[in-house]
Amino acid sequence: MLVIFLGLLFAALTMSTFATVSAGPAHADEVGTDEYEFVLTGNVQFDQKPLDNVLITVEGGGYEASVETDAEGKWKVGVPEKATYTVSLDEETLPKGVVVAKGGNVIEAEFALTKVKSVNFFLGEGTRTTVSFFDQFVNRFVNGLNFGLLLALAAIGLSLIFGTTGLSNFAHAEMITFGALMALLFSVTLGVPIWLAIIIAVVLSAGLGWSLDAVIWKPLRRKGVGLIPLMIVSIGLSLALRYVFQIFVGGGTSQLPGSGLADMKLGPIRLSMIDLASMGISIVVLLAVSYFLLRTRIGKATRAVSDNPSLASASGIDVDGVIRIVWVVGGALAGLSGILWAYFRPGVSWDMGFQILLLVFAAVTLGGLGTAFGALIGSIIVGLFVELSTLWLPSDLKYVGALVVLILVLLLRPQGILGRKERIG
Amino acid sequence: MIDWGAIFSNAAVELISPTTAAYALAALGLAIHFGYTGLLNFGQAGFMALGAYGFAISTLSFGFPVWGAVLVGIGASVIFALILGIPTLRLRADYLAIVTIAAAEIVRLLFTTNTFQSFTGSANGLSGYKGGFAGLNPIPEGRYGFGPFEYNEYDWWLRIVAWSIVALACLFTWQIMRSPWGRVIKGIREDEDAVRALGKNVYSYKMQSLILGGAFGTIAGMIFVLPRAVVPSNYQTSLTFFIYAILLLGGASTILGPVIGSMVFWVLLSFFSGFIARAVEAGWIPFITSIQAGQLRFILVGVAIMLIVIFRPQGIFGNKKELAFVK
Amino acid sequence: MSNNTVPSNKPVKSTDLHIGEAAPGCKKRDPILVADGVSRTFGGLKAVDVDHVEIPRGAITALIGPNGAGKTTLFNLLTGFDKPDTGSWTFEGRPLSGMPAFKVARMGQVRTFQLTKALGLLTVMDNMLLGAKGQAGENLFRAVFPFFWSKQEEANRVRALDILERFKLDSKKDDYAASLSGGQRKLLEMARALMSEPSLVMLDEPMAGVNPALTQSLLDHILNLKAEGMTVLFVEHDMHMVRHIADWVIVMAEGRVVAEGDPHEVMRNPAVIDAYLGQHHDEDLGEDPAAEEERVEAIKELLD
Repeated sequence: MLVIFLGLLFAALTMSTFATVSAGPAHADEVGTDEYEFVLTGNVQFDQKPLDNVLITVEGGGYEASVETDAEGKWKVGVPEKATYTVSLDEETLPKGVVVAKGGNVIEAEFALTKVKSVNFFLGEGTRTTVSFFDQFVNRFVNGLNFGLLLALAAIGLSLIFGTTGLSNFAHAEMITFGALMALLFSVTLGVPIWLAIIIAVVLSAGLGWSLDAVIWKPLRRKGVGLIPLMIVSIGLSLALRYVFQIFVGGGTSQLPGSGLADMKLGPIRLSMIDLASMGISIVVLLAVSYFLLRTRIGKATRAVSDNPSLASASGIDVDGVIRIVWVVGGALAGLSGILWAYFRPGVSWDMGFQILLLVFAAVTLGGLGTAFGALIGSIIVGLFVELSTLWLPSDLKYVGALVVLILVLLLRPQGILGRKERIG
Repeated sequence: MIDWGAIFSNAAVELISPTTAAYALAALGLAIHFGYTGLLNFGQAGFMALGAYGFAISTLSFGFPVWGAVLVGIGASVIFALILGIPTLRLRADYLAIVTIAAAEIVRLLFTTNTFQSFTGSANGLSGYKGGFAGLNPIPEGRYGFGPFEYNEYDWWLRIVAWSIVALACLFTWQIMRSPWGRVIKGIREDEDAVRALGKNVYSYKMQSLILGGAFGTIAGMIFVLPRAVVPSNYQTSLTFFIYAILLLGGASTILGPVIGSMVFWVLLSFFSGFIARAVEAGWIPFITSIQAGQLRFILVGVAIMLIVIFRPQGIFGNKKELAFVK
Repeated sequence: MSNNTVPSNKPVKSTDLHIGEAAPGCKKRDPILVADGVSRTFGGLKAVDVDHVEIPRGAITALIGPNGAGKTTLFNLLTGFDKPDTGSWTFEGRPLSGMPAFKVARMGQVRTFQLTKALGLLTVMDNMLLGAKGQAGENLFRAVFPFFWSKQEEANRVRALDILERFKLDSKKDDYAASLSGGQRKLLEMARALMSEPSLVMLDEPMAGVNPALTQSLLDHILNLKAEGMTVLFVEHDMHMVRHIADWVIVMAEGRVVAEGDPHEVMRNPAVIDAYLGQHHDEDLGEDPAAEEERVEAIKELLD
């Protein structure tokens, strides 16, 4: 089964195409140019005429700024580092009848030798296809499902680790990023076919989970460090690893092979082969994890340890062994989730895991801390909510909706959707 | 060759910089939450953002005087604390952690979105709100000071105000922590059920602590933006983590720990970045670029957090017996 | 085990506490606490299901029963630490049900815990002072100005020292509570409860995990509480431990009150022998080993 889906993904990737970027001189309406010495600039024109009040957003390396073009169609944004930035043009702010013609409304801009980099969009005549609300809803729903499923991969790992060790692992974000970075390293840098690169990346992620447990968490458990200090250690680890990643890959975004794949139309639904493969892989893996938890001896032992470690230990379960397996499985799931997230965003970047960490935590909390199936349900709710909320909310607020829901659910049902009420005293 | 003088004087400047004061105050607020009450607030960045934006927006959009703008910021943080506290303070400690971190992100995203650009300036942030504060400055124009500590009248005014606030906050915290109120708060950190069984309204005390420490964070947010502009990307979760690093460095349940922690943190950080940057320029460290050198400091902070928690959980100033952590 | 521990002075037993037959739920001459129809379920299991029970004023009442009988759960319910599914109860004639734990404590009904909750990183003296009621300095605004509270604090300190002397903890007053031995913590917890001048003291297994020498002194302290006019209700696992000091015994099994009466009579009650004494009454304190074994078996079965 898994092989079929990986094959599907591979087939999708070989058909990939890439966008191109062109440059031209410009002066502009300025943002952040006093503070920073590096500047991104551009000129938005259609048919030789400048377009004003077009919204341009620059994002990268943890920095984010936006600017509107002036009467001459020009814009200029100062940025802190000579790194790669994602420049996007908000098509909603273009006049009627004008669209970005080729290359799309998002451009990856990388500085060359100078401190100034020009970024221009190609505009053309055309109409943005207005989609009916129902079609949008269905589209967003499917996207949300896809997003929720990939969140679930990470969330189940986080939940299993929480359940068996009590640790709220903030460094899970970096385990997610690690998977995507390894896939990038093997596929793009070393030229390994993507399906093989993904398998290697998942195996390495499992290895990362194993070594984090062996090097850090197991000794700390032995030392009897409390849960809250452990959580703070994971925060420190998360911060350190994140910037280690940045040192290696820089502040920019790179694409995995095949991420620019065109959408296909299935009725009202627009999906790429990648999306389909991603959902397929998620479902197969989640089914496999369920089988593991419900049917295998080790899976049952895992649930027993989550339930009551000392009792499990009394029943002859090797608790340390179970925790080791949970870290390996959690690492592999997080790595896979990172790869799928790289295709969903799209792009691989040093802080991509941290961007969704809160959503993963929200999913785990929503479902009930420490219950694996709760994490799955919580993830799907969060995924759907993030995507569907863009029907009403501006897209830069889409995470807000999910986080608000988290707070509301805690207000109404503190133990989460599948959690059990705690017994006091 | 490396200009050691410049590295040292740049580091020394951090000792009394308003940024150091702001971090110290925010860390003191966190000491009230985490060190004394045992509340895991991971949303201190959100409180700081509310202070910065509350002050800037009420000055720029509504023309409030300085005192009015300060009150708006504090009012916003009180409401924020109530919203955070009401659903979570009855639950287990880790729920508060998750909810505060999420709420701080909500605050940041709301300030970043283009939807409210006319008020927040969206991703570009705000500037030009310092007139009122500068107008209160009694120091005549000119440059004062010696060595690396030479500033103009605004910079001195800012430093004097910032550190006076920090000193007052320390005195205040010291006083309430040695009062019966502080005893109840510390009791809650140790075991809230025991305190409840003695007839104390634990929920109300936790809420008071959350509001008080949050208000410190909010004022810190205002001090933080007086020497610079308000930029939403400054209020990411890593800001909260930096403040935790300072708190843990100094000692979580101490009064002076956060202040000394902040000084040590910024001086060392400045020294380290200055040294690395110059060493890279001088070609001592050939394998990294200057951008990468800038990132090394974050790695250092992360590793420092881990090491302190594992090997010296009471921080520099903490009492070995009175460990900082909630069990 | 320390079954033969007796208090050093022969206790004066209160008698004639009840009206009519000594049966489950029987009326008391002067009840301080009256509970009706209290029930609480955990995941389908009825942990507590008490029709009617009255606690006599000015006496020492022991609540006994095998582990899992619902004693601690009933305790938690009566003190506001847990919410019942149904039921109501009154304390000194005032309704208490649904009241949060801190208000219950303020009304004069103070409890201790099975697992001692000494506040480890506070000094012994601070632990004591925390128990005092109506402190002006516990208000955040008054806390800033010591003249609002320093006099009261001094008075509380004197009283605390007095109580600590009685519990022989006065030499430890500046030590962190964490440095005390397990038994001393039990004493401290009881002393701290006295600081609030309660009318009903509820002790959850005060003798659990305490060495025999200290058990004796604990029993003396419990008797002293009564001598000072307080009502005592305590949970105990071991029948023999209670018969010397208890004036009245309430026996619970499977969440219900199965018998009540004078300690010596209750021991002869066939219902009690069935429900309690017939089983593993002389097993060690702590987890119920039979239930434990069952669960271990269940997990083993699940694995295979």
